[in-house]
Amino acid sequence: MSVLVNKDSKVIVQGFTGSEGSFHAQQMIEYGTNVVGGVTPGKGGQSHLDRPVFNTVREAVEKAGADTSIIFVPPAFAADAIMEATDAGIKVIICITEGIPTEDMVGVKAFMKGKAARLIGPNCPGVMTAGECKVGIMPAFIFQKGKVGIVSKSGTLTYEAVDQLTKAGLGQTTAIGIGGDPIIGTTTKEAVELLMNDPETEAIVMIGEIGGGMEAEAARWIKADGNRKPVVGFIAGQTAPKGRRMGHAGAIVGGADDTAAAKMAIMRECGIHVVESPAMIGDTMLKALGK
Amino acid sequence: MNIHEYQGKEILKRYGVRIQEGIVAESPEKAVEAAKLIMAQTNSKFVVVKSQIHAGGRGKGQIKGGTQRGVALAKSVDDVRDIAKNLIGNVLVTIQTGPEGKKVNKVLVAQDVYYPGESEVKEMYIGILLDRAKACNVIMASTEGGMDIEEVAEHTPEKIVKEWIDPAVGLQPFQARKIAFGLGMTGEAFKEMVKFVTNLYKAYVETDASMFEINPVLKTSDNKIMAVDAKVNIDDNALYRHADLANYRDVTEEDPLEVEASANDLNYVKLDGNVGCMVNGAGLAMATMDIIKLSGGEPANFLDVGGGANAKTVEAGFRIILKDPNVKAILINIFGGIVRCDRVATGVVEAYKAIGNIPVPIIVRLQGTNAAEGARIIDESGLKVQSAVALSEAAEKVRAVVAAL
Repeated sequence: MSVLVNKDSKVIVQGFTGSEGSFHAQQMIEYGTNVVGGVTPGKGGQSHLDRPVFNTVREAVEKAGADTSIIFVPPAFAADAIMEATDAGIKVIICITEGIPTEDMVGVKAFMKGKAARLIGPNCPGVMTAGECKVGIMPAFIFQKGKVGIVSKSGTLTYEAVDQLTKAGLGQTTAIGIGGDPIIGTTTKEAVELLMNDPETEAIVMIGEIGGGMEAEAARWIKADGNRKPVVGFIAGQTAPKGRRMGHAGAIVGGADDTAAAKMAIMRECGIHVVESPAMIGDTMLKALGK
Repeated sequence: MNIHEYQGKEILKRYGVRIQEGIVAESPEKAVEAAKLIMAQTNSKFVVVKSQIHAGGRGKGQIKGGTQRGVALAKSVDDVRDIAKNLIGNVLVTIQTGPEGKKVNKVLVAQDVYYPGESEVKEMYIGILLDRAKACNVIMASTEGGMDIEEVAEHTPEKIVKEWIDPAVGLQPFQARKIAFGLGMTGEAFKEMVKFVTNLYKAYVETDASMFEINPVLKTSDNKIMAVDAKVNIDDNALYRHADLANYRDVTEEDPLEVEASANDLNYVKLDGNVGCMVNGAGLAMATMDIIKLSGGEPANFLDVGGGANAKTVEAGFRIILKDPNVKAILINIFGGIVRCDRVATGVVEAYKAIGNIPVPIIVRLQGTNAAEGARIIDESGLKVQSAVALSEAAEKVRAVVAAL
């Protein structure tokens, strides 16, 4: 078991023939991900990386049985790509693209309401199930199949957590990069819930940052759910000034509730092992698991 | 992207939102000319002179070393000249600028809209922003014009009317009516308010705004509804489809180092601390700032060099960080995924040599792809650079360096 993606996932790449799409598709294939093809409108019928190129996602679903998509198309076209995948019946849509206008994502969220697809991202490193399937841009060699699930708004902080867990001998089940934009498909709470219900996942690392209320929502859910598994949490941006956007479009302190301090306080109240330094994630997880 | 009040009002006017009319001026002479024109048009001897800076609280703000307020009523042409002289070229300190203040380069000479008449003048508040949790826009209106909306929300939340907008169909007339009724409008003012809200929302969506704050929205004594101020932010990610709005960027309002960084495609935010940092990834960059603080220092900046850290970006980053005189040490923190640490290490060494003598201690933490190789390159370079691999090790080295400052 694992969540979202596994060795049976049939993955297509939207923006397959572009430079980013090509590079990361190659890396995913090398890891053993079952990439069944890609979509580049107008290049259907061609072959790329020994895989078929389709004109539409619908065609990729019908002819190659795709159920998972990873999106590398430029920001101006990414919202359209997400909606196309949704409409075609893709189950898990992972959007890597950074810089999508917020108003476009408002439309995407409304479009996806009531439909079966789950969106991860945008502006995220993707999803990876250690030892099985990589649908993202993360460095695979730092992963080690194990017992800890990860939910994170940040790419490189995910790698940091993964690396510490590997070195602590704990390894990972699935790492979910949910993205750093103000509007994202899968929330912190939804991703945590997936891992909480995954029998292979024994503990969870939850990494958030300033801005919005997703971490507080997740923390309250974890408590209400009975703290079934230990959760180690970190919030980046304890030193970020109010009203300034810190790289990620969503990382901005608006009021008193979305500061790192406020989020960390709620997480502590809800029984999460909060670390102030991201260097302590691995050690704290060892302690939380009683090792 | 932040824009000025006069630019925000230009946008509103284009969408049929009534505004307090005005003319922007960059010198006292131009301000006087503008005032004469407005006085003739409005048949009034009064105009308002408003400093144009990217910060709120201008009305209560004060010019450094003087008594001039940032927004002032002029009762004559001579008044206009005096006020404009006091403002233009001088530094205005408001509750939002911090003690260093912001230089005023332009003033908006605007019509006086608080004239007496048949009914009472009333100030209100209307804001539009994204509700992240509901993934849709929300219009917030309050009868408490001129006040900070956060304060109203805290003390008298019942005075705020909120309408969430369904993105599939947009703002509906019943919602605009609810807001107008909620603000206590009747008769002609009610009709005006419905039109005001409707056009305001259209402007918000069509310009890809990320925030509108109209405070105050004024009901004049002859029952017109107008925007007296306009705080407008545009979504940076959408500027590619609004070339006209992109021209509204005023780099004189930004920190010069931030302008230089953005020209080099670096994501940099200047802070007040003593330890500079250079990191790949926004989340790790924030976390690195936090580590600096936990190690006894204060972060001097946020700097995300992105996924393609190489000699060129590292050098640009170094140069920008070193221009900040407060920086007494630098921490470079790279988690190499696709980026190889040995390449970054070579980049650091090349950049160091290109710049010449770097007068502050540098700690380079390289982790991930080829980390050991990267550390070896740093250690063997002969430069005064300390290497680290684990994040905790980097934190300890920062602690030692900060303690020695």
